[in-house]
Amino acid sequence: MTGARVTGAGGNGPLLKVENLRIALQGDGVTFNAVENVSFEIGRGEAFGLVGESGCGKSITALSVMGLLRRPLSLGGGRIVLDGEEIQDASAAEMRRLRGKRVAMIFQEPMTALNPLSPVGRQIAEMFVLHQGASWREAMDRAEEALRQVRVPSPERRIRDYPHQLSGGMRQRVMIAIALACGPDLLIADEPTTALDVTVQAEIIDLMAELCAAKGTAILMISHDLGLVANMCNRVAVMYAGRIIESQVADAIFATPSHPYTRGLIDSLPRLGERARRGRQRLTEISGVVPSIQAYPAGCRFNPRCPAVTDICRTTVPEATSLPADGIVRCHHHG
Amino acid sequence: MRLGANTWIGGGLFAVALAVAVTAPWIALTDPVMDANLLNAELPPSMEFPFGTDAQGRDIYSRVVYGAQISLTVGVVSQIANSIIGVTLGLTAGYWGGWWDDFVNGLTNVMLAIPSLIFALAIMAILGPGLVSLLIALGLTNWSYSCRIARAQALSLKSQGYVQAARILGYGPFRIMFTQLLPNMLGPIIVIATLGMGGTILAEAALSFLGLGIRPPFPSWGSMLSDARETIAIAPWVSIFPGLAIFLTVLGLNLLGDGLRDIFDPQATTRRA
Ligand SMILES: Nc1ncnc2c1ncn2[C@@H]1O[C@H](COP(=O)(O)OP(=O)(O)O)[C@@H](O)[C@H]1O
Ligand SMILES: [Mg+2]
Repeated sequence: MTGARVTGAGGNGPLLKVENLRIALQGDGVTFNAVENVSFEIGRGEAFGLVGESGCGKSITALSVMGLLRRPLSLGGGRIVLDGEEIQDASAAEMRRLRGKRVAMIFQEPMTALNPLSPVGRQIAEMFVLHQGASWREAMDRAEEALRQVRVPSPERRIRDYPHQLSGGMRQRVMIAIALACGPDLLIADEPTTALDVTVQAEIIDLMAELCAAKGTAILMISHDLGLVANMCNRVAVMYAGRIIESQVADAIFATPSHPYTRGLIDSLPRLGERARRGRQRLTEISGVVPSIQAYPAGCRFNPRCPAVTDICRTTVPEATSLPADGIVRCHHHG
Repeated sequence: MRLGANTWIGGGLFAVALAVAVTAPWIALTDPVMDANLLNAELPPSMEFPFGTDAQGRDIYSRVVYGAQISLTVGVVSQIANSIIGVTLGLTAGYWGGWWDDFVNGLTNVMLAIPSLIFALAIMAILGPGLVSLLIALGLTNWSYSCRIARAQALSLKSQGYVQAARILGYGPFRIMFTQLLPNMLGPIIVIATLGMGGTILAEAALSFLGLGIRPPFPSWGSMLSDARETIAIAPWVSIFPGLAIFLTVLGLNLLGDGLRDIFDPQATTRRA
């Protein structure tokens, strides 16, 4: 069963286009904007990074693309265009057909993301049965092959293992196998390595990048770790308190960070080699804490923590200013 | 996995009851209905009649053995019906929420407010006595605990990572309920079903005792007790043995249920007995 692709704009336009996304958070009688004015585009096969501190709205942005926002969160406005098709108003059944097949997602907790009572091979095979109408026998064969692709040793035995018999890294490999099973166009990876040992993290990231490159799958890589994202992605967007405050080509964001927050993020990274010689000598941190949704400040939301703050920052939301190579920055004092 | 004494003793008692029911035609000494002989009426236990005889001179041992068939059939079949109804309602209510959840909750509360024996009695009064009526009456009236448990489990399981993951991978609601939720709540469901089966067997005995269930001369433990009412003072064995059969079977199921609960759910799902 190969669902007919609605082409049209598809084929040459961007794979995913998110425009002026607003996510509403229903509070007690008040509605907050958990995310607002978020726009970005991901090309076919491109690796795009979304970076920001915990709580800035990365995960809910991803969920909105999957059509999985649940109360008290809801889509407040904006357009989400996948392969030329607007999907922000798609029905539950239409979204279900996209999920797992065209857009897949892996997330932070490989320990809990697998059904504890089902052998991992079965859980991979279920994707072929569900989305491609494969028979169970055929699906199990393909599940074994999928496990081999994510380099799980002796896959012919591992397909019968239960999740608790596998290490965290192995489970995340299984999750990658499940996510990539049906050859999706886009893989959303929401902090895929945060819960893993440092030594395993790099392996998993490399594996993901390699498989996606081989299959031409685009990646939306979500992380709080700018270094990791910039390594893996062509372009990076930095989010702060529900808004994208800067977006640039990955290399450029290190060379010429334009927003004070981005600069702060880079200065707080432990730098090696070249980068260490370029900048200041000490690691610095950004003072203050991320405001909560209920207490987002007026104007630029970074203003209470910004070293370059002036009066206009406290009153006026900065417009997007263009940077070279399709970059943007939202700061009154950028440059 | 450690099974614990409750599980062994309870499981043993229940296994014996099951074995007796299945092998009744071979281990019974006489026909439980036909072999009446007034010359042998109300004989105390002896070598010939191990449990004595009743007012019509029938071998009580053989009647208790055949009675196991009826009591266990009613217990097992109607409890399975209860579990299916309760789990279907509770699982869908917990997973979907919304008006369906409100509706199921309301229905459950109503069911819990009506004593289920009275409800079953009313159904029996409409359907008339007999095995099928018993199965229907008891199979429709004891699902509220299963429903409660299934709903609570669905509510807590649906926030588990793997259920979210399934949704993200494009599983439909029924596939999620069947492959992700149901297997993971099976433990508590089985515990409740085991305890419920004891209750159903007691309810069958009560209904038959009241003459609404299995009618004499067919032997169910409840109808045997009913027969024995008048002679309890002069021939206590007529009521002691069927009573003991009920007691041991229900005790076995309760112990088994408790034992399984310790295995499946160390924090103990509570159920009013
Ligand atoms: N189910 C929810 N109910 C209420 N608030 C939520 C919910 N999910 C997320 N939020 C809020 O939305 C904001 C963004 O959350 P999230 O996207 O998870 O952040 P991130 O992934 O960047 O760490 C947070 O402030 C969080 O408190
Ligand atoms: Mg997150």
